[in-house]
Amino acid sequence: MSIAMKRSNNRVDRRLGQIFSLLSAGAALLLMLIVLFLLNESWPFLASFWHEGHWLDLFQSQGWYPLEGRFGMTPMILASIAVTLGAMLLALPLGLANAIYLEFYASPVTARGFRLLLNLLAGVPSVVFGLWGLTRLVPLITQWQPPGASLLAAILVLTLMILPTIALTSASALASVPKDLLAGSMALGMRRKTQILHIMLPAARSGIASGALLATARALGETMAVLMVAGNVVQLPSGLFEPVRVLTANIALEMAYAMGDHRASLFASGLLLTLLVWLLSWVAHRVNSQSQRLAHHG
Amino acid sequence: MHLLSKMLILLSIMTALPLAHAAEDRLTLTGSSTVAPLAAEFAKRYESQHPGVRIDVQMGGSSRGINDARMGLADIGMVSRALKPTEQDLTAFVIAMDGIGIILHKSNAVGELSDTQVIDIYTGKIRNWQQVGGVDLPITVVNKAEGRSTLELFLHHFDLKNSQIKAQVVIGDNQQGIKTVSGNRGAIGYVSIGTAEYEEARGTPIKLLPMASQAATVEAIAKGHYPLSRQLNLVVKGIPVGLAENFITFAQSAAVKDLVEAQFFVAP
Repeated sequence: MSIAMKRSNNRVDRRLGQIFSLLSAGAALLLMLIVLFLLNESWPFLASFWHEGHWLDLFQSQGWYPLEGRFGMTPMILASIAVTLGAMLLALPLGLANAIYLEFYASPVTARGFRLLLNLLAGVPSVVFGLWGLTRLVPLITQWQPPGASLLAAILVLTLMILPTIALTSASALASVPKDLLAGSMALGMRRKTQILHIMLPAARSGIASGALLATARALGETMAVLMVAGNVVQLPSGLFEPVRVLTANIALEMAYAMGDHRASLFASGLLLTLLVWLLSWVAHRVNSQSQRLAHHG
Repeated sequence: MHLLSKMLILLSIMTALPLAHAAEDRLTLTGSSTVAPLAAEFAKRYESQHPGVRIDVQMGGSSRGINDARMGLADIGMVSRALKPTEQDLTAFVIAMDGIGIILHKSNAVGELSDTQVIDIYTGKIRNWQQVGGVDLPITVVNKAEGRSTLELFLHHFDLKNSQIKAQVVIGDNQQGIKTVSGNRGAIGYVSIGTAEYEEARGTPIKLLPMASQAATVEAIAKGHYPLSRQLNLVVKGIPVGLAENFITFAQSAAVKDLVEAQFFVAP
């Protein structure tokens, strides 16, 4: 607080401050313009729904047939959430296990190699994951439970994509926990399991949470890979082997061909997605700051 | 705050710049996304032969092509079907033909489907290959995403509405359709014939079904026998003049036949 409030008299400092505030203002402005653009493009659609008094149809009606004037988005919103939740459910424990192995169990050489591998996995373009899913994973699931292109395929591909993010951020969160804590727990004669699960993991909680948030946002926003393996049928996600269409895939599939209300409705779904991510980061922020306050008081 | 206003001014200048210069040696094409990649290739070759000319190709669907050509928003519209009787104020120039073929996995024993059978499969009345003379295997119906001209032609031919179709997989482009069908023994889909023929020749495990006992080949489309085919058109309002006329003549000439074939269409 006091550092930010204190005005520096140094000219270099002042100039640097100006440059940084300009850059930050640019980034903020760009974001604002994007949201304004989304609002502007989806406005005719939202307004007409509002005037006709049936904008709840967006969430109530089940069908998505924009050329026939039916714009039910609920199945796709739920599909987006189901795919993201499923991927997080798999990737979070796996990623945490990887991070714990990396920080506490792996020998330095293995750790370096493993970290390199995770970095590589994090850098693979999503289209590559999608292609692999479409040509290897989906046929495999098809042999078991046709049609193969399904919620499960999307969850598995997404899990692979967000796993390195979670593992790497969690590992660095664990690494930045003060070493005194570990030393203290060792001195108390705690077992390895207790040290890790009850001392280190809670201490690294906020870092792990922000990594998980990053991964969730990526899963929610992922388009190409999901588009290729999820089957893209607009229906409520009723089973793991049922095809679903997520919001992002819907935009990618139809935007190039959409006109008029159809086009505006796609922008509206983009706006919805943005709001969803905002909501998510707000909740994560609240949870984070609350847990930190609790930690300070306790 | 004054930083923000500076940024805004800069942005508005940047967006205003491209509008500033417009010239007579510019040509704008808008419309069908099926025709656009082909037209873009034509444009590239035409530009390289006529330095100074700029040709701008934009997608937006056949209906936009009609609309823009009519309103004068574009010099030439691109339309992936024949003109309707209500559109006789426009003149159409065929630059290629395209056909849609039904594809199955190569291992599928079914060799032909009647129109009624195709309709029953796509509307979910027939759900197993056993019902049409194949093995006991559930059918995976592969449909196209809303707005695609391939879907439009398919629906129009079989007189269906998209909401009647009960699909298990919805795809975007032809390649995704071919990959989906080649990875699923029970799948049925429809794609552009040229692309399917090319993939089949390369050993991808798919097969094209004949329609109304006409083999689904590029040759059959060229002869006009194949029922599920369409024209790819360039349309203009009235009679084309100047650059537009030159470009249309170029697009119908033998000089671009290789480009048409490279995109798996049939030269007229």
